[in-house]
Amino acid sequence: MTAQEIYDVLKTTFGDAIVELKLDILQPWIRIEPDKTRDICLFLRDESVMQFDYLSCLSGVDYNNGTFGIVYHLASMVHKHKIVLKTFCTKDHSHVHSVSDVWGTANWHEREVFDLFGIIIDGHPDLRRILLPDDWEGNPLRKDYKVQEFYHGMKVPY
Amino acid sequence: MLQPPTLPTNYTVKPGDLKTSTGRTIRTEEMIINMGPQHPSTHGVLRLEIVVDGEIIVDCIPHIGYLHRCFEKHCEQMTNYQQVIPYADRMDYCSAMTNEWAFALAAERMLKIEVPERVEYIRVIMAELQRIASHLIAVGTYGIDSGAFTPFLYTFIDREKILDLFEMTCGARLLYNYIWIGGLSHDLPVNFIEQAMDFIRYFRPRIKMLNDLLTYNEIFVKRTANVGVLPKDVAIHYAVSGPQLRGSGVNWDLRRDDPYSIYHKLDWQPQIGKGEVGTVGDCWDRHIVRMREMEQSLNIIEQALAGLPEGNVKAAIPKRIRPEKDAEIYVRTEASRGELGYYIMSDGTASPFRVKARGPAFVNLSVLPEIARGGLIADLVLTAGSIDIVLGEVDR
Repeated sequence: MTAQEIYDVLKTTFGDAIVELKLDILQPWIRIEPDKTRDICLFLRDESVMQFDYLSCLSGVDYNNGTFGIVYHLASMVHKHKIVLKTFCTKDHSHVHSVSDVWGTANWHEREVFDLFGIIIDGHPDLRRILLPDDWEGNPLRKDYKVQEFYHGMKVPY
Repeated sequence: MLQPPTLPTNYTVKPGDLKTSTGRTIRTEEMIINMGPQHPSTHGVLRLEIVVDGEIIVDCIPHIGYLHRCFEKHCEQMTNYQQVIPYADRMDYCSAMTNEWAFALAAERMLKIEVPERVEYIRVIMAELQRIASHLIAVGTYGIDSGAFTPFLYTFIDREKILDLFEMTCGARLLYNYIWIGGLSHDLPVNFIEQAMDFIRYFRPRIKMLNDLLTYNEIFVKRTANVGVLPKDVAIHYAVSGPQLRGSGVNWDLRRDDPYSIYHKLDWQPQIGKGEVGTVGDCWDRHIVRMREMEQSLNIIEQALAGLPEGNVKAAIPKRIRPEKDAEIYVRTEASRGELGYYIMSDGTASPFRVKARGPAFVNLSVLPEIARGGLIADLVLTAGSIDIVLGEVDR
């Protein structure tokens, strides 16, 4: 299925939660509302014409203008099609619902997003830092990140 | 949907069975044991927090991040996309060519550059040589994990010959900075083709020797068959890829199913695990998939060397790399450990805006709690080894 067809099916099922489709680029993406991500992803995984059973990658992005984004790259092993989903949230209210019960791999990817960006993933079974030490301050991949001076007595900036 | 595996029936003594000679049952409790970041069998700095009941694992929680080197943040500070290539090398240091190729492929697709055909052929040759080298490490260290110390050095002798080929070409044995965006840093040296054909002739019988020595050894089979079984649906649910996925019986190889470069022109087959000595998806299956993949890589290299066209490998290297504003792309390739993907976003300047590296070892490791439950600690060592992680890729 092409991105336009996937967008049309999603639009008829979910209506306003599907915000827009960006089409004339290398890899078209569909923007969805953050509070409906789990339902949309469950539909994409289970619906027979879609069957997006493989979550290739889940990344966080800091757009440097006060919004964060989460980008989902989905693929289907059955139908061999791919799609990109994006949700945006603001810096003050950075909450996204977890999809870790839709795809088990999202568990660690979402922990990484929480660790490096500070976006709270609601409904995640085990939300804690994964790559950085548990008592690290700050979220490094944010564009306005200032590294801390000392960590356990060691000087951090070199 | 995801049921923990039932206890294997050959472990007849269960916790709670222990009685003194006067008939008093000993109270047993669970214990948390740390298989710490410094351990000879965890293949790097990986900490496993294991909850054990006797010696049977109830839960296993991996803690990673000891080798986190901020690759993604570094990329944003680079002044040029080509500068990212040495950093991409260092993520999976056992398989550097495939890391570089994936990033170069992503940048080339974003910039819409077509590389000369000679470059494609050389990249395939290098990537397949690298895949053999990486699988040799996996197989050798896996033998050590199960107590077989001999095959380790045998595989490293063979690996030295591959590293000699790489050193001849680009000067480095392990971290090459060879595959640049738009081409390669050096063309093949004069006697590369002869030496590579010599290596192929030398290595083919060595695979059979390694199989006789390790793979079909009765002790190895008993230790790896029916251990760490990863069912097909669990594997897809956890987005496992590479030999681990194919070992579970899933016929999925990105070189054929999401094709890139010239793989569609060459004659080779993805290798699938069939449960020949145990269950489909056990540790032995993952091991035999790696052994057979090495053989297939030899076929690919032979065909690529035979069909190598003439050309200039530096012709398409752009002088200035400046993608369009808001250009972004996710490219996935079949690295030695599975699906290596790069998601690159550009903001119109010469530095990348966001680079996300999807490391296969990171994703493959997340399935370890599911497959280690119910086994013994000795099985955990082999299960973790069969996933073939490289902590550089897990932590980036």
